[in-house]
Amino acid sequence: MRAPGRRVPVALLVPAVLGLLFLVSPLVGLLVRTPWTELPQRLAEPAVLTALRLSLVSATLATGLCLLLGVPLAWVLARVEFPGRRVLRALVTVPLVLPPVVGGVALLLVFGRRGLLGGWLDATFGITLPFTTAGVVLAEAFVAMPFLVIAVEGALRGADRRYEEAAATLGAGRWTTFTHVTLPLVAPGVTAGAVLCWARALGEFGATITFAGNYPGTTQTMPLAVYLALETDLEAAIVLSVVLLAVSVTILAALRDRWITSS
Amino acid sequence: MRMRGMLAGLVAVTLLAGCGGGPADDADDTVTVFAAASLTDVFTTLAEEFERDRPGTTVRLTFAGSSALANQIVQGAPADVFASAAPAPMRTVTDAGHGDGEPVVFARNQLVIAVPKGNPAGVAGLADLVKPGVKVALCAEQVPCGAAARTALDAAGVPLTPVTLEQDVRGALSKVTLGEVDAALVYRTDVGSTDTVQGVEFPESAGAVNDYPVVVLADAPNPSGARAFVEHVRSARGRAALTAAGFQVP
Repeated sequence: MRAPGRRVPVALLVPAVLGLLFLVSPLVGLLVRTPWTELPQRLAEPAVLTALRLSLVSATLATGLCLLLGVPLAWVLARVEFPGRRVLRALVTVPLVLPPVVGGVALLLVFGRRGLLGGWLDATFGITLPFTTAGVVLAEAFVAMPFLVIAVEGALRGADRRYEEAAATLGAGRWTTFTHVTLPLVAPGVTAGAVLCWARALGEFGATITFAGNYPGTTQTMPLAVYLALETDLEAAIVLSVVLLAVSVTILAALRDRWITSS
Repeated sequence: MRMRGMLAGLVAVTLLAGCGGGPADDADDTVTVFAAASLTDVFTTLAEEFERDRPGTTVRLTFAGSSALANQIVQGAPADVFASAAPAPMRTVTDAGHGDGEPVVFARNQLVIAVPKGNPAGVAGLADLVKPGVKVALCAEQVPCGAAARTALDAAGVPLTPVTLEQDVRGALSKVTLGEVDAALVYRTDVGSTDTVQGVEFPESAGAVNDYPVVVLADAPNPSGARAFVEHVRSARGRAALTAAGFQVP
């Protein structure tokens, strides 16, 4: 007999199971239709490996960029009182709900060849971001950074400030306090945010195809390859999808047990 | 309070589960048309005419890349008519037994080079697209406009490396509209759809003409409506609308 307190009410259990089925059944559908016998030879195709490598590299670079900019941003949002903080916090989360294609168009209008900053970059340094891997990284970072900022800001707000105060009284400067006390304190939150950020960047499609375009080897990431494969070859699209699914689930599962639950 | 919230959740789930069978009731006067993205403007006009001629009839139009639509039909999407921008996606549908009778070619489309108004890069033909510094967008070869572009470029012997392979012809066109590329190979009809770009004709496009076939689908929920719509597309008025949009009509 289980303790009465642990028993799950039917009114919760039924929708919970339905919810689970709803989320998991498309994944099962994908696995059922996968041509497993062809899988090894399909995977060995250079086009698949190129897209996968590009996806992994660009998602990792995007996560790095998000860490570099997002952690300080989260710190400012969590620790500094200033007017308009609410509005700023809302703005930071806009990419979460913005359709990625809109994000891509917006990026073009700023960083594109005719864009506000892009035009200047092109004219002054001859740098153009669309149609380059750097453009992919930028598109992915734009869409994924809010995941990191939210996670880190949450961790900072939950962290015990007395450690920072103690460090300050012992003569540590603000930067030393940040690097030696605050960061280690919120490390699990930062890691959790980085993992979510990486996973979101890996799956990015709309902003990438709109801003960076689609060219094998430079901007064609796995989601783009899946979409184009779907035009002609459903089997190939399924194989690519399964690879992307496997990579995402492996990383998320490995890191979730280790980091996310501990925060 | 908590109970009420839960009930609301259950009601929502039930509603979601129940909305699958909705549109079947009015299937009699609805014609569902799956058409290639490049037909967007002209088919919208044709559908409005068709609805005006037959009060009570609704035409539901779905536009996307032909191959994507063909896959959706093969996967069981409930459509009445399929109009493709090339024979290959049509074959996907008819080979799988989804065509009711033989598809007929109702229009032809030719490629042009789309350049921003004023043609700042001075593009006069395919050979100019490989000049240093000229950025070009093409459609991916998996979609009809990309296959046609490849045929034309190969025929001309122009070894073009584009900066991007777009997923449909409108994607390629928008890269020109936004000024991100200097040129793109698109259909003549697409250039007519916007006034920020202009078309540069090139002789090799004659060897890469796309045939547009249309077919009534075997599983059409509304076969008579489907046939009537196809007739309308092929009628004198339909041909006039297609010609006005820049298509050639066989």
